[in-house]
Amino acid sequence: MSVAQIIKSFTLWEFVKAHALTLRYFFKEKATINYPYERNPVSPRFRGEHALRRYPNGEERCIACKLCEAVCPAQAITIEAEPRDDGSRRTTRYDIDMTKCIYCGLCAEACPVDAIVEGPNYEFSTETREELIYDKSKLLDNGDRWESAIAANLAADAPYR
Amino acid sequence: MISWFEPALGYGWAYFIATIIDILAIALPLMLAVAMIIYADRKIWAAMALRRGPNVVGPFGLLQSFADGLKVFLQETIVPAAANRGLFLLAPIITFTTALIVWAVIPFQTGVVLANINVGLLYVLAASSLGVYGVILSGWASNSKYPFYSALRAAAQMVSYEVAIGFILISVVLWSGSFNLSTIVLSQKSHVWFFNGYILNPLLFPMAVMFFISSLAETQRAPFDLTEAESELVAGYQTEYSSMAFALFWLGEYANVIMMSALNATLFWGGWLPPVDWAPLYYVPGIIWLFAKILFFFFLFSWVKATVPRYRYDQLMRLGWKIFLPVSLFWVFLVSGYLMLMRVGVGS
Repeated sequence: MSVAQIIKSFTLWEFVKAHALTLRYFFKEKATINYPYERNPVSPRFRGEHALRRYPNGEERCIACKLCEAVCPAQAITIEAEPRDDGSRRTTRYDIDMTKCIYCGLCAEACPVDAIVEGPNYEFSTETREELIYDKSKLLDNGDRWESAIAANLAADAPYR
Repeated sequence: MISWFEPALGYGWAYFIATIIDILAIALPLMLAVAMIIYADRKIWAAMALRRGPNVVGPFGLLQSFADGLKVFLQETIVPAAANRGLFLLAPIITFTTALIVWAVIPFQTGVVLANINVGLLYVLAASSLGVYGVILSGWASNSKYPFYSALRAAAQMVSYEVAIGFILISVVLWSGSFNLSTIVLSQKSHVWFFNGYILNPLLFPMAVMFFISSLAETQRAPFDLTEAESELVAGYQTEYSSMAFALFWLGEYANVIMMSALNATLFWGGWLPPVDWAPLYYVPGIIWLFAKILFFFFLFSWVKATVPRYRYDQLMRLGWKIFLPVSLFWVFLVSGYLMLMRVGVGS
């Protein structure tokens, strides 16, 4: 060992330096946020909980083309369709198994009418597994609840698509 | 207090009851202090890792330790079928008790000490050596692989650092000329210029640093927490414990940490004396100075825990036997030689 090394090890120089570093961190702003009261910003492209959207006149957008069902890599979507009384083609069943879903966003990409989208909501944990199998009414309900946020996100992201 | 009880009960009973009250007056606030210090430890550790730490239970999370305590209290004490039941349950009690009994000789102020015995420092050494039995017994009685490894490590570690601590204490004793902790504190009054405490004495300063590091090893705190190295030994000797038995280990561990902080403050930083020998400072009660010093040392303990990684076991042994032991031995020689030369403090 050189003299400098011996002096360093006996004065605990490396330890002093390390402690100075941690003391600086002690007074630094915290990296964690106070979660339920503070939230991180969410990108317009964030892929959260699914929603089925409606047109402004209240008509549901989905035309039961089943592209989302076909593209879904996790096969989480189940669709059954029938012509409605007025002759338009609509889904009678639209289920998403949220426990299967991998949140890849391919369903939203595939949708020709922007009906199925992944909204900004990420707080939909439940206490039972059954609650995570969403049916059509739940998805439409989500669409109504998050419509303003979803529309804003789609508009914000539109120039880049 | 004895005289207050004496007319009604006679001297014997009055002494007994007064002592019990004194013990409770130390032990109960100590338990409260342990609860708060666990919270402080988590907060400091979190802050240095850029986290927030407990902040949900009560204002600023101050009641976190009590919530944890309640949770642990309501759990079932599980004794493994293969364990030695008696020893298994005795071990946490030993750890907890030995952490508490050392406080008997810690002086809080002039004359305010439960047992003002002449060999206070020897008592401290003896009681803290007993603490290792709790760890060994828990490791052996669990009849499980990892607790046993942990107990072996703890035994070797605590014994090796106690040797160094012994020599460090000898150099303090040589300088103060007494084993009594109150006398040691008083002998530090304006030790260097007008500063109280041995810490500024250039001959004793290295001893103070070494004592602090040894007390980290003695209380099994990072970087010497090999006994509960979770990456290797699950949770060390506490692996098989649950409920109150686990809580007793937890409390005992932190009571030990506070005790070692108090010992650091008492032996090298002037105990209940203010840091500077200046008359107005003596209006502040000595107990507050002592608490301030204990808190400072506790902050150091947490600070070290948040900063350094764990030693490898051979490094730990090397530091204890090949560095601390020879250096402290040499320092006893140096201190006693200097004192002989100067003829101060010896045989007074």
